[in-house]
Amino acid sequence: MTTTILTPATVATKPGALQRLAQLLRDMASRPSGAVGLFLVLLHLLVAILSPWLVPYDYKTISATLILAPPDALHWFGTDQLGRDVFTRTLLGGREAILVTLVATPIAVTWGGLLGIYLGLVGGRIDNVVMRIVDAFLALPWILKMLLLIVTFGTGIEVLIPTLATFYGIPVIRIARAAAHNVVARDFVLASRARGHGKFTIISRELLPNVLDALMVEGAMRWSWMLLAFSSLSFLGFGVAPPNPDWGLMIADARTFLAIAPWAGLYPIVALSSLIIGINLTADALAKALGVDRAQKAPI
Amino acid sequence: MLRMVLQRLMLGVVTVALVSLIIFAGVELLPGDACTAVLQRDAHGQRLINCRKELGLDRPAYVRYAGWAAGAVRGEFGVSANSDTRISELVGDRVKNSLLLGICALAAGLPLAFLFGILAALKRDKALDLVVSGLAISAMTIPEFVSATMLILVFSGWLGWLPGIVLTSANAPVAKFFPEIILPVVVLSMVMTAHILRTVRSSMIEVLDSDYVRMATLKGVPYRSMILRHVLPNALLPAINVVALTVAWLLGGVVVIETVFNYPGLGRLMVSAISDRDLALVQAIALIVASVYVVVNLTADLLTLVANPRLRTAMARHA
Amino acid sequence: MNDFPSTTLRTGATPGHSSAAESRPASSARDSALIDIHDLTIGFASRAGTMLPVLRNIDLQVRRGESVGLVGESGSGKSTLALAAMGYLKGGLKVMGGGARFAEHAMFDLSRPQLERVRGGKIALIPQNSGQSLTPTLRIGTQLREALALHSNLPPAAHPQRVIELLAQVRLPEPATIFARYPHELSGGQQQRVAIAMALAGEPDALLLDEPTTGLDVTTQAHILELLRELNRETGTAMVYVSHDLGAIARVCDRVVVLYAGEVVLQGSTRQVLLAPMHPYAKGLLASIPKLSDAQLPVALAGRPPAPGGAGSGCSFVDRCAIAQDKCRSARPPLATLASGEVSRCYFPEQTAQIASRGANPVAVRVSADAGPPALVLDDICISYARPGLIDQLLGRRPNVPNTVDGVALRIGKGETIGLVGESGSGKSTILKAVAGLLAPVRGAIEFGQDEAMAQDVDHRTPDHLRRIQLVFQNPDDSLNPRHTVADILAQPLQLYFGLKGEELHQRSVALLERVRLGGHYMDRLPSQMSGGEKQRIAIARAFAAEPDVVLCDEVTSALDVSVQAAVLELLNDLKRDKGTTYLFVSHDLAVVRALSDRVAVLYQGRLCEVGPAADVYASPSHPYTEVLLGAVLEPVPDKAPVLLADDVVELAPPAKGCPFQRRCPKKVGDICDTQMPPWQTSEGGHAIRCHIPRGDLAATASTHVGVK
Repeated sequence: MTTTILTPATVATKPGALQRLAQLLRDMASRPSGAVGLFLVLLHLLVAILSPWLVPYDYKTISATLILAPPDALHWFGTDQLGRDVFTRTLLGGREAILVTLVATPIAVTWGGLLGIYLGLVGGRIDNVVMRIVDAFLALPWILKMLLLIVTFGTGIEVLIPTLATFYGIPVIRIARAAAHNVVARDFVLASRARGHGKFTIISRELLPNVLDALMVEGAMRWSWMLLAFSSLSFLGFGVAPPNPDWGLMIADARTFLAIAPWAGLYPIVALSSLIIGINLTADALAKALGVDRAQKAPI
Repeated sequence: MLRMVLQRLMLGVVTVALVSLIIFAGVELLPGDACTAVLQRDAHGQRLINCRKELGLDRPAYVRYAGWAAGAVRGEFGVSANSDTRISELVGDRVKNSLLLGICALAAGLPLAFLFGILAALKRDKALDLVVSGLAISAMTIPEFVSATMLILVFSGWLGWLPGIVLTSANAPVAKFFPEIILPVVVLSMVMTAHILRTVRSSMIEVLDSDYVRMATLKGVPYRSMILRHVLPNALLPAINVVALTVAWLLGGVVVIETVFNYPGLGRLMVSAISDRDLALVQAIALIVASVYVVVNLTADLLTLVANPRLRTAMARHA
Repeated sequence: MNDFPSTTLRTGATPGHSSAAESRPASSARDSALIDIHDLTIGFASRAGTMLPVLRNIDLQVRRGESVGLVGESGSGKSTLALAAMGYLKGGLKVMGGGARFAEHAMFDLSRPQLERVRGGKIALIPQNSGQSLTPTLRIGTQLREALALHSNLPPAAHPQRVIELLAQVRLPEPATIFARYPHELSGGQQQRVAIAMALAGEPDALLLDEPTTGLDVTTQAHILELLRELNRETGTAMVYVSHDLGAIARVCDRVVVLYAGEVVLQGSTRQVLLAPMHPYAKGLLASIPKLSDAQLPVALAGRPPAPGGAGSGCSFVDRCAIAQDKCRSARPPLATLASGEVSRCYFPEQTAQIASRGANPVAVRVSADAGPPALVLDDICISYARPGLIDQLLGRRPNVPNTVDGVALRIGKGETIGLVGESGSGKSTILKAVAGLLAPVRGAIEFGQDEAMAQDVDHRTPDHLRRIQLVFQNPDDSLNPRHTVADILAQPLQLYFGLKGEELHQRSVALLERVRLGGHYMDRLPSQMSGGEKQRIAIARAFAAEPDVVLCDEVTSALDVSVQAAVLELLNDLKRDKGTTYLFVSHDLAVVRALSDRVAVLYQGRLCEVGPAADVYASPSHPYTEVLLGAVLEPVPDKAPVLLADDVVELAPPAKGCPFQRRCPKKVGDICDTQMPPWQTSEGGHAIRCHIPRGDLAATASTHVGVK
């Protein structure tokens, strides 16, 4: 048993939500890795929002004369195989990816989290049946599931967002359920039940506040897996359609010319990698700041 | 204990059955079927009805499912709509090739993952740990197609040491795939190793901090002996499950790598089958892949059961 | 950077068994000591970078064959001290001054290989939680053989035999079977014995025991302590016994060292410290322990120990001391040897005796079972945890397993406190859960008042019924949601049962806080910002917020420090006086139950053995199991040996028929005990015993009983 021994100086009151957020960010930034991560993520978000006003050229403009031109004063990142400005396309390349994944992630975490918490609380036959179905779903490779829907319904945002949100929410069920199990076993949940509170009250008042931390960290990780998936899909030709700029697509296009014109592929590679690394570092810092044990699972 | 094994086996069978249902239902729900795929713009009117009758698509869903499932159990998946070859032949070669890739990646990656995971934990927070953990994180976060592309650039483009693309045909014997297979194996094992390494490391750290390891220290057990007898057996148990999960992930992640390197494996076949709307082929591949996943997980489960004395007794008491 | 004043004198008092206490010159006492801890200061770095001490200027000498008890509560540093004797420090701790010697080794100066040779060999540790301290993947035999391989001179071929001998030496039945088992297959008591055997493998000169009996059943505890006592006598091994339980220490140790806030505050022979402690803290501690022999409520020790580094410049106990004076605040008292041979860190040790102990006890509210309508009636309830398996479900029958709780019938009067005692597996917590509606009985019913039917399951009870029965849990860390403030926690019942809002809600909450002696300034605190005792008060406040008729207390004091327990008991007594609440008080601690209860029910394996007024149950005649329990209780009274009547056997399930105690009963009469459920024999005063042996015979064959007032 641990006894928290108080002296008057340490008496604190529960801080408000905004204060807690500020404190959280401060904790995360206090470590060098966390600071770097936050910086990268914020930078990318800013660029994604502001890029249409920052870019010097139109991303679609092709030029027969300037194919695969090396970087110079006019084209800072050079041009690609169709003569388009790589700098412009790199800056704009993350917009759709970030938009889609940033919308899909909270949806995935919300529905997966709530279902997982509910299953963790009720257990029994419902839990058994749902988990069997979840297991069966997870047995299928993600790309198969994604491709089937994309090939049938197209690659627009209205397809990608729900698809990603659905498929990436399923592993969250497992994680939320495990986290809920830990909390359900504790006496204060039993106390709530003894007072006659119904399931909804128990979930919202007792379970959710305690599981939220784990879900937030998981949410950050989900975002990075989703970006990976999105880029991979674009790379394979099943994501963003040309001529729209996208990092995955750009890398695929540049692959054949990589030896002679590395800039066409290198810049989008750096952009994509830096964002994903930034998210991972942020998730790590978040986990440490919240005291969550980050279980490394294979990306689904 | 036997009861436990049987329970797990049954669970595996149920999962595979459920998967087959999901695959079948999923494909059913998508607009279009084999006939619309083949006939395309001609898919309407009498031609459509005839086509469906010919392919047996007018029978009710559960009948078709039963037929398909029965065939699948025997290894008979029908005929590929696009190439008119028997699916089992088509798939057989590809499975061999993908297995080759996977096994080579495992053989290269697993020993490294365990070795460095253990070392990183023993030298926690020191230079070795920071470097190893940093490399692992990079390997995990950078997309495979990115690392593949960069490796091709370096080893094939600039240095010219290794071929950057696989030109061997699908039905070639295994030996012919070397040295083309080296780069794909490296990329595949990079991600896998990174995941397993991190799990091994954190499991080791947890065990090193446990009460019984402290007790062993206070009992005077020498360092090496303690690691070998008290720490490793307890730390490596949970790793079995992660290895299984990672292997299972391989089945999905391999698609991108096969595409980048033009490797004639199951993943590439799956992508083209989907693009071509060759639904029978898609169903077959999905079922095979899912079954492998279930088998791998089952093996991991059973291995854990055998290795962990606590599980054996707990189950025996319930049995 | 060591700015802690070193102490003046330290002498080791001679073992209490010898005739007269001699004081020896300091140097030779240290020379002949087996364990010599000298001016040891250990601390850790705070977030701000300053070093905060966990132990300050500790001097402790243990001679060969001596057994010394280290007493203290949480935060006193006793475990750290015991481990320091082995040269071991938990992560983050550093030696700030002084050292620890064992025989000729300076433990903190040894290299790793040297430490490996000494530890586990000549000085061995018996850890607190053996279940977690034995490697789960190695068999018992393997682990013990490892100990032998490391520290004994026997040839390897002789090891297995020696392991069997060691297991037999710690009185484990069937040592050959245990040899092949895994740690998780043994019970808590067996695991502890294995840990002792492992420590003995190296033929140690000294044993360090870190709370070795915490968490074990009363009877198991008594057996293990007896074993330790005998080992000490047979082998002459020195022992350092760390515990918060003065009763255990009274049984095993010759000498007692009392620690408070990381310092030694009192040292003396066991008799001296227990009968005439010369330090206000020790005196307060003793007074706060409920005793069987004395049916009063213990006196609580107000306040809280200071945090590491928070002691200030004076005596660390000054804020809680009844005889504190100005001198005590300004300068830290040094250790001084008194004429009696005790060593005390107090300026005015003689005045300790004058601190009132009798008469300061809170007066327990006693309610006699009256003939009026009862508060609660348990009508022959049976509860089972067994779930029907698939086949049973199909056939629609219950599994053929004896019920966890069977045939419990109790009529609880209004305002009464009924104590439910029993060990693990007795079903006492199960009964509470059933009354609260969290578990439905498979047979029988729980009625409210006179014939007021009540749904058995929480989901079907009326809000009024839910309100009138409230539950307080054992572990305050677990029973409060870590994300809710005190205001949130108290708001829940007030909103749910009374629909209070806004200002009214706030005022009622503050009133509740004041009722449990915590001020309104606690409203915004989170559980992580409160101590165990404070959290338990909040839990009690939460229960009383509903204005219940019945409060169910599930081991509410078991997870708290001794001195804090007394405060919670006092609070419960207070509330009983004010509100006339009925309590169902469950505990394994017989003394605590005695102090608070009007009537007591004794349970074994889910079946009632004895029910009656507390005074009668604790006196003779008793059910044989009650006798076993009472005999095993360890009182902080010197020279009082527990009476061990039954074997230390943990039963996993009750027998299918007959008396539940048939397998362990020392007074078993014969086959009738195996086949027939014993009849109830009730006296006029309402004292009922369920036994085949007639009351008169039970009284005649009673073993030594604790005198009861």
